[in-house]
Amino acid sequence: MENTNQALGLLFQFYQSLLVVLLAPLLTGWVNQCRAWLQNRSGPGLLQPYRTLRKLFHKDAVMAFNASPLFRATPYILFGCMWLAAAIIPIIAVNLPFSPAADVIALVGVFALARVFIALAAMDIGTAFGTLGARREMLVSFLAEPALLMVLFTASLISHSTQLPRIVEALALQQFVLYPSLAFAGLAFVIVLLAENARIPVDNPGTHLELTMIHEAMILEYSARHLALVEWASSLKLFAYISIGIALFVPYGIADVGNWGALPLAIVALLVKLALAGAALALLETLLAKMRIFRAPEFMGTAFLLAVLGLLIHFLLGA
Amino acid sequence: MQMTYSLQFIYLLASMLLLIAFAMLSQRRILSLINLFALQGLVLSLSTFVVAFSTNQQHLYYSAGLTLLLKVLVLPWLLHRLIRKLNVRWDVETLINIPTTMLVGIALVIFAFNLAAPISQLSESITRGLIGIALASVLLSLLMMLTRRKAVPQVVGFLAMENGLFFAATSATHGMPLVVELGIALDVLVATFIFGIFFFQIRETFDSLDISNMEKLKDDNT
Repeated sequence: MENTNQALGLLFQFYQSLLVVLLAPLLTGWVNQCRAWLQNRSGPGLLQPYRTLRKLFHKDAVMAFNASPLFRATPYILFGCMWLAAAIIPIIAVNLPFSPAADVIALVGVFALARVFIALAAMDIGTAFGTLGARREMLVSFLAEPALLMVLFTASLISHSTQLPRIVEALALQQFVLYPSLAFAGLAFVIVLLAENARIPVDNPGTHLELTMIHEAMILEYSARHLALVEWASSLKLFAYISIGIALFVPYGIADVGNWGALPLAIVALLVKLALAGAALALLETLLAKMRIFRAPEFMGTAFLLAVLGLLIHFLLGA
Repeated sequence: MQMTYSLQFIYLLASMLLLIAFAMLSQRRILSLINLFALQGLVLSLSTFVVAFSTNQQHLYYSAGLTLLLKVLVLPWLLHRLIRKLNVRWDVETLINIPTTMLVGIALVIFAFNLAAPISQLSESITRGLIGIALASVLLSLLMMLTRRKAVPQVVGFLAMENGLFFAATSATHGMPLVVELGIALDVLVATFIFGIFFFQIRETFDSLDISNMEKLKDDNT
């Protein structure tokens, strides 16, 4: 019995990991497509990220003369970190065998590890753009990270656990309760998501204009398969962040491990939620304007403030 | 302990009230400041209505209606008309920068929640947990009055403070007697009118609505 349970769990884990890796570029394609529609453009189609990845994997990689092994290794580390993060988050099922490996704090740590490596790799070559991008990335993320932690703490306080599966169970499988503190945390989380995934009010993912770019400036020196992995990793990161959002704020419909009957429903629910979240993200990006880089700290400060308010309200009202 | 849905809804509205108080604190434009004030009135009226519904108190319906009429429609309209006549659409000037103001605001919220904790033990109303939020929004409005340099945002801060007090009254004691509420409503209305006249007087004297001009009222010749 124990063995079959474990095998089932591993099977679910395998399915989820595979699904995430394959779906992540599709989500990016969907966001881009929605954005194109909202801006009255016809758009490159949903499958464009896959085509880009295939093209990049077929090219020969070019390296700078002074590239160190760190520069070479970073795309793999990046991809690995994001994949690991996506394996920990309960996306189609709770109680996956991997999920006890890391709680929400460690999850934030996994994202931070990837960030440190990409920033180091950006500075490794020694070009001005790489250093500039790395500095800006650090400026944004050192303010976004505490806000993200506060959001996760609010959810942890409600469910009395820092394990994501416990949080999801506490929120999804109990009677519906309206949590004002979670509403604040949700707002803060949206801001963090926009900042961490290089989305519009903070960074513009579709530009190579040196004055505005953050993420693109860091990966300017990468080419071919390395660039493909970096791009794939950022798709995975977006997927992971949206999945965290879904797990914290709308976890309804998720399956339990070993429950095959609930799996189709869980996958359909996941796809619907992802499609809605992607469309909402595109709408948000269309409505907002790129802000000056020095306004970003204030933006992040708002996220932190909202998350702290959520915590305080939780303590006051117990809800 | 399972809360009823109406109580959860009141909690949600109370949190929105606090959020709007912070949004007003961070606001840089007068027009959106007034719109936020109207929104705060709407949330206040809605929460009063829900309290009236869940506790079955007749007079709270009246005060919800009064709030809606006065604070969502009449006062914002008056303020809009005032700034149109004064032609003041410039950005709000603050004495200390906005992120610092927000941090001070957080400290005020913690202070208010701590202060309200023993007070709310004394009340037996179902919504007593909300006294902390009401106190926090009063203090935040006070902070807004203190940190703004121009007259119009200060008056909006004053009116927002009255909103917070009203919310404290409904949440702690299910509202004041109707006569008192009518009196306060009339006071606020008259105060706004008088403020309007003051605005014109201040501008006529100093050619500006900057309050710091009023600090040197001494005769320069002596």
